[in-house]
Amino acid sequence: MDILTSILFATIVAGTPLIIVALGQLIAEKSGVLNLGAEGMMAMGAIAGFAVTLHSGSPWLGVLAGMAAGAVMSFIFAIVVLTLMGNQVASGLALSILGVGLSAFIGKPYEAEILQTVSAIRIPLLADIPIIGEALFNQQALVYFSWALFGGIVWFLYRSRPGLVLRAVGESPHSAHSIGYPAIRIRYMATIFGGAMAGIGGSFLSVFYTPLWVEGMVAGRGWIAIALVVFATWRPFRVLVGAYLFGGVMVAQLFVQGSGLEINIPSQFLSALPYLATIVVLVIISRDQNTVRLNAPVSLGQPFRPEA
Amino acid sequence: MLRLERRPEASQTMSYVSPLIAIVLMLVGGLVLFAALGKNPLEGFKVFFVNPISDLYGVSELLLKATPLMLCAVGLAIGFRANVWNIGAEGQLIVGAIAASAVALHFYGSEGGAHVLILMVVAGCIGGMLWAAIPAFLKTYFNTNEILVSLMLVYVAQLLVSWLVHGPMMDPDGFNFPQSRLFEDSALLPILLEDTRLNIAFTFALGALVVGYIFMFRSFAGFQMQVAGFAANAARYAGFSAKRMVWIGLMSGGAMAGLAGMSEVAGPMGQITEHVSNNYGFAAIIVAFVARLNPVGIFFASLLMALLYLGGEQAQQYLNLPSSISNVFQGMLLMFLLGSDVFINYRLRWKEARA
Amino acid sequence: MTLTKIISNRWLLIAFTAMAMMFGGASQAADNVGFVYVSPIGDAGWTYQHDLGRLQLEKETGVTTSYVENVAEGADAERVIREMAKRGDKVVFATSFGYMNYALKVSNTFRKTAFVHATGYKLGKNMGLVNARFYEGRYLTGVIAGEMTKSNVLGYVAAFPIPEVLQGINAFIKGARSVNPKAELRVIWVNSWYDPGKEREASLTLLSQNADVITHHTDSTAVVQAAEEKGKYAFGYHSDMSKYGPNAHLTATTHHWGDYYVKTVKEVQAGSWKPTSVWGGYKEGMIKLAPLNKAIPADLQARIREMEKQLTAGTLHPFAGPVVDQGGKTIVAAGQNMTDDQLNKMNYYLQGVVSKIPN
Repeated sequence: MDILTSILFATIVAGTPLIIVALGQLIAEKSGVLNLGAEGMMAMGAIAGFAVTLHSGSPWLGVLAGMAAGAVMSFIFAIVVLTLMGNQVASGLALSILGVGLSAFIGKPYEAEILQTVSAIRIPLLADIPIIGEALFNQQALVYFSWALFGGIVWFLYRSRPGLVLRAVGESPHSAHSIGYPAIRIRYMATIFGGAMAGIGGSFLSVFYTPLWVEGMVAGRGWIAIALVVFATWRPFRVLVGAYLFGGVMVAQLFVQGSGLEINIPSQFLSALPYLATIVVLVIISRDQNTVRLNAPVSLGQPFRPEA
Repeated sequence: MLRLERRPEASQTMSYVSPLIAIVLMLVGGLVLFAALGKNPLEGFKVFFVNPISDLYGVSELLLKATPLMLCAVGLAIGFRANVWNIGAEGQLIVGAIAASAVALHFYGSEGGAHVLILMVVAGCIGGMLWAAIPAFLKTYFNTNEILVSLMLVYVAQLLVSWLVHGPMMDPDGFNFPQSRLFEDSALLPILLEDTRLNIAFTFALGALVVGYIFMFRSFAGFQMQVAGFAANAARYAGFSAKRMVWIGLMSGGAMAGLAGMSEVAGPMGQITEHVSNNYGFAAIIVAFVARLNPVGIFFASLLMALLYLGGEQAQQYLNLPSSISNVFQGMLLMFLLGSDVFINYRLRWKEARA
Repeated sequence: MTLTKIISNRWLLIAFTAMAMMFGGASQAADNVGFVYVSPIGDAGWTYQHDLGRLQLEKETGVTTSYVENVAEGADAERVIREMAKRGDKVVFATSFGYMNYALKVSNTFRKTAFVHATGYKLGKNMGLVNARFYEGRYLTGVIAGEMTKSNVLGYVAAFPIPEVLQGINAFIKGARSVNPKAELRVIWVNSWYDPGKEREASLTLLSQNADVITHHTDSTAVVQAAEEKGKYAFGYHSDMSKYGPNAHLTATTHHWGDYYVKTVKEVQAGSWKPTSVWGGYKEGMIKLAPLNKAIPADLQARIREMEKQLTAGTLHPFAGPVVDQGGKTIVAAGQNMTDDQLNKMNYYLQGVVSKIPN
C-alpha cells in the first residue's frame, strides 16, 4: 500500500465508529431528544461486544450484544427523560458517567483477554481500483455497514413516510400529537435506535478496531460523535464528511510526525486541532440562522407531555 | 393501571423529598450491587459510607474534597437556572489553575507576602472567566451552542496544561518531569485545621454558597435568570436581555471553576501538574442537579459526592472492588434523582384502564 | 435532606467504633505492605509488572498486601498513601512518578513507615527511591531491530518526551545503528499513556511509512497487535506481550520489581533498612528480555545472550561514547560513558532518528 492509500484507509477506519454513533444520534435528535450519553453507551457497547465475542467466538454476536447494550442504556435514558420528563442534558451526562463507570466495573475480568483479529472483507473488482480500491473496498464489515446505514438513513429521513413523521415530531411534538401520531412512542424508538448505534460503534472499537478491552478505551469518541451531529447541521451526508475529516486530521497528524517533517508546533496543539475545528465549524454554521433553522429539530432537548 | 397525572401546581414538598428518594434508591442499588458482587452488603455499606469519615482527619478530607465541587456547582447552578448549559467547568477549572500557577511561579524566589495569594485568587477567577468567555461570546454573537463549545474547550484546556507542564512551566530542576516547581509557602493557602490539608478555600466555598444564595433569591438579576429559565418567552416579553444572562451564567461558572482550580494548586497540590482536575468540573454538574440548583442543597450534595469518592477508595482497599465503583454510584444517584423529579409536577394515580 | 443521613452516620459511627473496640487488636498477625498503582492492573503493562512484584512479595515473605489501583497523580494520592501509613502498613510502595511529593509529605508525618517511591528523585528520611534502567533492554531490542529490519526503517510509538522515554528511544536507535548504520527511526507521540485506538493508529502509520519493526513506550498492547496483524515485527514493553502477537513479538524489555520488594521488606522487618536511591538494571535483575522469538536467528540470539552478560557485568554501556545527537553534536566523547546525571537530563534525539522532537 502506498502512503496515500494508507492515509485514506486509516482515515476511513478512524471515521467509522464516529459515523455509526453520530448517525444514530442524528435520528434521536431529529425526533427532538438530545442524549449526551453517547460516551457511556459506547463504553457499554464496547464491553458487551467484547465479552460476547470472547465467549461465543463470533464477532457478529458481539456486535449484536453491543447493540443490545447500547439500546438498554438508551432505554433507561428514555424512561427518565420521556416518561419521567427528567432534564435531557443532565440525564445524558449521568448516562455517560454511569456507562463509563459500569463498563469499567463489568470489564475488570476482561482486561486480560484477547480476541482474534477479524479479517477484512475484500470486495472483488472494486478493490482493484488503483489508490482508492484497497482503502475503500478491503475493509471491515462494519465499514460497509456504516455506508449502508448512511444510505438507509438518507432514504428514511427524506424519502419515507415514517421519516417524515419523525421529523414532524422533532419540529413540533404537539402538532404531531394532535394529528394523531404517538409522539412519545416515536421519540422512544428514535432514542433507542440512537443507543443501539452507539452500542455498535462501541463494539467496533473493542472487537474490530483495537481489538481489546481496557477501561476508558472509548477515549472521548462519544463526545466527538455528538459534536459531529451539530457540526453536520443534522444532515447525514455532512456527518459522513465530518467524521472522515475528523479521522483525517488525526491520521494526518500522525503521518506528519512519523515522516520527520519539521514541525515547530507542540504535539499537544496538534492533538487539540480536531476540537478547535469543531468549534470553528459550529461557529460557521450557527452564524447563519437559516441553516440552523432549516435543519435543527426545533424541539430538541425539550420535554413533551401529550395532555399538556 | 398506574398513570401519571399532572399536579395542579408543582409540589414544593416533592422537590425536597425527591433527592431523598434518589439517595435511598442509590443506597438500595448499592446494597444490591454489593450483594451481587458477593460482598456482605452491610459491610460494604460501612466501608463505603462510614469508614471514610470515622475520624477528624477523614472529615477534613471530606470537606477538602467537597470544596472544589461546591465552588464549581454553585457557579454552574447560576447559569443552569437560566438554561445556560455550561458543561465545561472542567476546562475552566484547569485554566484557572494555570493562571494562578503563573502568578505563583512569577513570584517564585521573591520575598512573597499576602499579595501573592490575593493575586492568585484573582488570576484563578479571571482565568476561568476567560475560558468561559469563549462559549459566552460565541453564543451571544453567533448563537453557537454553548454545550458543545464549552465541552470541546475542556479537551483543549487539558492539552494546554499538558503542554505547559512539559514546557514553559516545567520545574527547571525537576529532571524534565512534567510538573512545575513546588510553590513557596507564600503561594499556599493557609490551613484551617492543624495537621490536615483542609485549607481556607473551604471558607471561600462557603462564602460562594452564601453569595450565590443571595444572588439567586434576593437579587433582581437572579430573579430575571430564574424567569428566563422557566419561561424564555415571558422573559423576552419582560425585556430581560438574553445575552446578559448568557454572560452572567457563564462568567459565574467560569469564575468559580477557576477559583476551584486555584484552590487545588495552592492547596493540596502545591504545584501544577497535568492532573490538576479530577473531573471536579463534571462531577459538579451532578452536584448542581442533585441539589436542585440551590446553594443549600449544593452544600450537602457536594459532601455526599465527596463521600462517594472517598468511599470508592476505601472499597478498593478493604473490599477489593475496582475504583470505577464510585462512578457507578454517582451515575445511579443522578439517574434516580432525575427520574424521581417527575413527582414534583406529577403524581401517581391508579386509573381503571379505559376500555 | 442529607441531614438525616449525617445523623444516622453518627449512630453508625458509634456502633462501628464499639465494634472496632471489640474486635480490633485481634488481628496482630502479619505485617501489611501497601501498594499504590497509577492504572488498573490489567494483563500487561507498568502496573501489571508491579503487581507481579507484589504477588512475589506475598509468596516469599508471608506479609499481607493491599493495593489501590487507578489512583490519579493528583491530590487524592496523598489521602490513599496516608491511609496506608495510618493503619500501620510496614512499607508503602508508591509506583508512579506523580506520587513523589505526596509520598514525601506523608513520610514526614509517619516516621515509622518505610516509603518507597518509583521513578522519582526526592529522597526522604524514611523514603527511598527505586527506578530501573529500562534503556538497557531497549538497547538490546535495538540491536535485534537493526539486524531484523529489511527496510531499515524502525518505528516507535511514545507517550511524552520525558527523559525516561527519550532514553528508551535513543538506546533503541543506538543499538540498531551499532549493527546497521543505515537504520533510521521514526517516532510518533500520542500524548497519552493509554489510548489503544490512537496507539494502534500510530502503529499503522509507522508501518505504512515503511517501518517493519516497531515498538512503543505507552501502556497498552495495541502496538504489538497491530504489527501481528500486518505481518511485521514488534517489541513489547513493560511485560512479555507475546500472547498478543505470537509471530510479531520478537521480545520485550520487561521490568522485574519483585526481588527488590522482597529485599526492601525483609530489611525493614530486620530494622536494617536505609532509604536509598536504587537505579537497577540487568545487574540487579530488574530488567530482562522476554523469551526471544524463534524468528531471531540463532547466532543473533547468541550475541544477545552475550550482550546480556556484558550488561550484567557492567562492561557494556548502551550510551558508551561516541554519542552523537540528531544535529551532529557530540554529547559523549569516545571512550567515555554517559553519566547518570546526563541520562536524567536527556531531552534530545540521537543520530538516526528522523522525526523531530515537538516543542
